[in-house]
Amino acid sequence: MTGLDVAFAAAGTVAAASAVLSVTTRHVVHAALWLVVSLGAVAGCYLVLGAEFVALVQVLIYVGAVVVLVLFALMLTRAPIGPNEEVSASPLHRALAAVLAAGVTALLAAVLVPLARVVGAVRRGGPGTTGLGEQLFGTWVWPFEALSVLLLAALVAALAVAGMARGRGAGEP
Amino acid sequence: MIHLEGPFLLAAVLAGAGTYGVLARRNAVLVLIGVELVLNAATVLLVAVGSTGGDRWAAGWVLTLFVITIAAAEVCVALAVVLVLFRQRGDVDVTAEAMAGEGRR
Repeated sequence: MTGLDVAFAAAGTVAAASAVLSVTTRHVVHAALWLVVSLGAVAGCYLVLGAEFVALVQVLIYVGAVVVLVLFALMLTRAPIGPNEEVSASPLHRALAAVLAAGVTALLAAVLVPLARVVGAVRRGGPGTTGLGEQLFGTWVWPFEALSVLLLAALVAALAVAGMARGRGAGEP
Repeated sequence: MIHLEGPFLLAAVLAGAGTYGVLARRNAVLVLIGVELVLNAATVLLVAVGSTGGDRWAAGWVLTLFVITIAAAEVCVALAVVLVLFRQRGDVDVTAEAMAGEGRR
């Protein structure tokens, strides 16, 4: 156990605990706020692993944009404030979901943890922000451009989906 | 130096929590939160393996940036779909029965 191991364990525990809380809480808005804590703690994990730029992008886009969009969606769909049993499925359904989720966790852990010794350990030996930028605009420049087209397509699609329904719903009560 | 057991366990727990969120929630926006957690499990794995130093084209970190971008695009379209659903049905319950006459449209 090194100091960095301890730092990662702290950030990782916060991330895992708040992730579990965000999918089990009965307050709809609290779920989105726990998601902020979880994603922020994951950004802290990236910092510990030496990926500063990725951590910053995670905070900017995930915590900044995605969670705000989720909160907007909750507000626009008139999410109930306060505890509400209706946000989760029936107890039987939830128990089955919990069994399946535990199975996913156990399976992934059983596959990945033995693999950890094969891959080795993190020695803060990542490419660094300079190397990341060089690779992103060198090796990966075409996928990067394709992603910008994807973002544009998503923007147009979102406008089309929302506008189409409004045009069709105009004649209805 | 960080042992990789920690990141790998964190990825497993995040994927499990996300799976539970997708399966056990009725509100469509909360299902989306589960999807985000599963995506984060994948990015934790990518960043951890990308930081080991055996990564020639910085693939782990670059692919993490790509996954974050795709998640933003996905959330944008999903929000539009959820809003249309709410406008037509008055709720966003993914377990509710189909509205009468919905199939005709």
